[in-house]
Amino acid sequence: MPTEQLSERSEGARRLENVVIRFAGDSGDGMQLTGDRFGAQAAAIGNDVATLPNYPAEIRAPAGTVAGVSSYQLHIADHDIRTPGDQPDVLVAMNPAALKANVAELRPGGVIILDTDSFTVLGLEKAGYDIDPLTDGSLDAFQVHAINLTGFAAAAVADHNLKRKDAARTKNMFALGLVSWMFSQQIEDTIAYLQKRFASKPDVQAANVSALRAGWIYGEASEAFANVYEVKPAPLPAGTYRHMKGNKAVAYGLVAAAHQAAMPLFLGAYPITPASEILHELAALASNDVRSFQAEDEIAAIGAAIGGSYAGMLGVTVTSGPGMALKAEALGLAVIMELPLVIVNVQRGGPSTGLPTKTEQSDLLQALYGRHGEAPMPVIAVRSAADGFDAAMEAARIALAYRTPVILLSDAYIANGSEPWRVPEVEELPFIGIDLATEPNAVDADGNPIFLPYARDPVTLARPLAIPGTPGLTHRIGGLEKADLTGAVSYDPDNHDLMIRTRQAKIDNIDVPPLEVDDPSGPPGSGADVLVIGWGSTWGPIGEACRQVRAEGMKVAQAHLRHIVPLPANLASVLSEYHTVLVPEMNLGQLAGHLRRETLIDTVGYNQTRGMPFRTAELASVITRVIQGIDEDASGATGTKPVGDVGARLAAISEAGAAKPAARAGTATASQHDVTREAGR
Amino acid sequence: MSTINGKAEEPVGGASGRRAPTVADFTTGQEVRWCPGCGDHAILSTMRGLLPALGVAPENTVVVSGIGCSSRLPYYLDTYGIHSIHGRAPSFATGISINRPDLSVWVVTGDGDALAIGGNHLIHALRRNVNLKILLLNNHIYGLTKGQASPTSKVGTIGPSSPFGSLDNPFNPIALALGAGATFVARTIDSDRRHLTATLTAAAAHKGAALVEIRQGCPTFSAIPRQPSRAAGETSPAEPDDPSAPEHGPIRLSPGLPIVFGAKEQWGVVRDPSTGELGIGHGGDSRVVVHDPGTQNSTYAYGLARLAETSLAEPPIGVYRSVSQPSFDQLYQERLATARPDGRGDLRSLLTGSDSWVVAG
Repeated sequence: MPTEQLSERSEGARRLENVVIRFAGDSGDGMQLTGDRFGAQAAAIGNDVATLPNYPAEIRAPAGTVAGVSSYQLHIADHDIRTPGDQPDVLVAMNPAALKANVAELRPGGVIILDTDSFTVLGLEKAGYDIDPLTDGSLDAFQVHAINLTGFAAAAVADHNLKRKDAARTKNMFALGLVSWMFSQQIEDTIAYLQKRFASKPDVQAANVSALRAGWIYGEASEAFANVYEVKPAPLPAGTYRHMKGNKAVAYGLVAAAHQAAMPLFLGAYPITPASEILHELAALASNDVRSFQAEDEIAAIGAAIGGSYAGMLGVTVTSGPGMALKAEALGLAVIMELPLVIVNVQRGGPSTGLPTKTEQSDLLQALYGRHGEAPMPVIAVRSAADGFDAAMEAARIALAYRTPVILLSDAYIANGSEPWRVPEVEELPFIGIDLATEPNAVDADGNPIFLPYARDPVTLARPLAIPGTPGLTHRIGGLEKADLTGAVSYDPDNHDLMIRTRQAKIDNIDVPPLEVDDPSGPPGSGADVLVIGWGSTWGPIGEACRQVRAEGMKVAQAHLRHIVPLPANLASVLSEYHTVLVPEMNLGQLAGHLRRETLIDTVGYNQTRGMPFRTAELASVITRVIQGIDEDASGATGTKPVGDVGARLAAISEAGAAKPAARAGTATASQHDVTREAGR
Repeated sequence: MSTINGKAEEPVGGASGRRAPTVADFTTGQEVRWCPGCGDHAILSTMRGLLPALGVAPENTVVVSGIGCSSRLPYYLDTYGIHSIHGRAPSFATGISINRPDLSVWVVTGDGDALAIGGNHLIHALRRNVNLKILLLNNHIYGLTKGQASPTSKVGTIGPSSPFGSLDNPFNPIALALGAGATFVARTIDSDRRHLTATLTAAAAHKGAALVEIRQGCPTFSAIPRQPSRAAGETSPAEPDDPSAPEHGPIRLSPGLPIVFGAKEQWGVVRDPSTGELGIGHGGDSRVVVHDPGTQNSTYAYGLARLAETSLAEPPIGVYRSVSQPSFDQLYQERLATARPDGRGDLRSLLTGSDSWVVAG
């Protein structure tokens, strides 16, 4: 089908400000690719896009079961958005399990597109349906389009010489074509993508393109859809944009940092979900002088990175929580040796193996305190997928300028999520290079020039770095305490105390920007009474929730911490201007405790650890309750107790435990309910 | 130039026009803190003499260690160096070596450091063939923590953590290294300066990972007696008529020569033609093996390594295996060079990619 015909229609499309679409199917159905391509298409026509991939930890959970459902949610809008949306307006379900896991979250009146090919007796049974939901009236609240996606896809690719199973696998592209038509999106970019991706397999390449086009044409020809929709471009600031995933943004930020420091980038890493993708991205960039090394374990990964730093590279290691735990001893060594190093922790659900593919913010205290001895390290948090670039550059800047390891916290939501990213001009990036020592920096008692590796810059307290190969500056460093200035081994008590305080002072004095408050109603003290402060990936949901609350006529202020160590100097004075400070976190209050320790200000926590980001509506409701609490009662709904429904759930569990005979059945029901909810998000 | 210890010196090193480095150039002013009588003193002294002889400038030498008595050695050598954390020295050294092929990188470790807590890093450095010279100072005991049994202690070793004798079988470091695919494996003893120097010189010349086990005693904790320090051919007054008698001293392996020992070379290592296994026979036996460390198949070297466990009082010393394979460092640098034939790639085109779009102002 010629392209011109494909791009003909868009007159008469109903305009939407925003829409939330979720593609769901079996782990092997290619839903992540489908969602990713839809997001790229939306981004290419100028929509603002935020995405939420969600998939099981197993590579292939049992096919057709709820446990094996993989989904990809996208929020596309004609205005600035920060979250992937709470409730889907459109659900594409490739099998009964995908329907079952997701339908409860669909907006009433929303659209369901499902693949009838999989709604067989066996398919329904695997999904746990006793009765076919297509016939029992349970979907009456929705607009259901039951289409044999697999059958149409197979027919569309019949000429391409594929095995039946491979032909059926193109159903995701058929679905993508159909939904692209429905939302007035062009598919040319995806065709180009498929041609590149399957360049080595011409049959597969041609079949996927055919299926994609067939889906588009089906939408146009079948007249099954009463409406075609359109989301106009969002008014973004001028510039070149790119659809950017969080892990890729961090990788690019590191490459740019090394470029702007005029040093090679050296990555030591060990595969771990959800951080491996950064290793993959960097491993492919040898042409940009990126050196990557897959080590035998997490400890060797950071060991090699430290070795690289010592040898004059910008040393980096990337990991997730369990790997971070293994690196703790080496982090202490990097602290005492005072070498530049960036450690990226893409947080996931913990403790232990926890929820490897789900998001959480529960490694904050590990980042702050997870080493023995007094071992202070700067901690920086990424706030969104596109922000990964700037945050990584900032981490590298501090690491180099202050000769210190820096922890950069990301999380699984940021890592896999994507949004438009304005590509910076190389000229606008800061230069972050440092001068390596090349000459002696002191004289001994006899007037001979000597090198003191622990003499310090009076402003930054950074020590000079002399890399191997520099004549005349040979010296040894290590884990034993160093004498001030000379770096020789020293067991002197006063020296140890001095060195501990000096290392602490160096981190405390790092130059970080002041905390800024977003409050249209006025500056701190004369605007809102409630400040919502967050760190990391809660930036998006908190921002959207604040907008929603303001739209309802209430006042609320938002602040976000990029630098957690050291904290902005004005933090305490800003917080003290508000009646109530609300801290939503995907943990049990780690930042809240840190803020109390550092500022002596009590905050209100809102905490959940469900492996999924906050929903806007949920946070807006919490903020509203906190604001209204202040209006009704000066003491308010404050205090440090979490506002969530955890108490109710704990009570339910203990009730079930008390009623012994019914306990098992009751608990099982509760946990099944949870599993379904999780799988659906 | 001077060092951090205030020892004034003339400029030395590899830059053109400078004088050749000397022992003094590799000596720091840091006080050496090992027990009197410890073999580490001899190893340090050998290294100070060896490094100038290799012609590598102090600033192009990096010595990385872990934790333990042996791992203090970098502080006493005036080169670049890292005294790192327990067991992890090969990982730091790998990060240095693969990025800086211009440097001579040495690892100093011990039997606890390399074979217990750091076992994983050792075997992976060896299998990758990273261009590291690894000196494994094997005193068969944890000295710094006061005498516990180590992974090379004999079964039955009495120590504070094994008051009734240790139960676990020791590692044979040579066999372990061979199993990991090491391309250079040698064993020497601290008390034979000439053999030590020759072995370390051979290791330094090797391109790739070189593991040298340096057997030693611990004057404070180890029950293992010091090695007899006789030159080959020199006999003790009353040599027993038994090939496994300790009075023979260790067998000395020399490339191209038959493996014979005893005052009159009356004993030899023989290969059973039917099974290929190595054993002890008479020196005049036609089946006596001619030593060839260049044998690609490591079965022979492995057999030699295991020989001592059954038939000899002490294991043979010398180079067990020395074969040529591309080093990881070389392959790594070649890969980098291939990836950027025209220098560093353009950052702008990387960031912009092929899927970007422009929003007009």
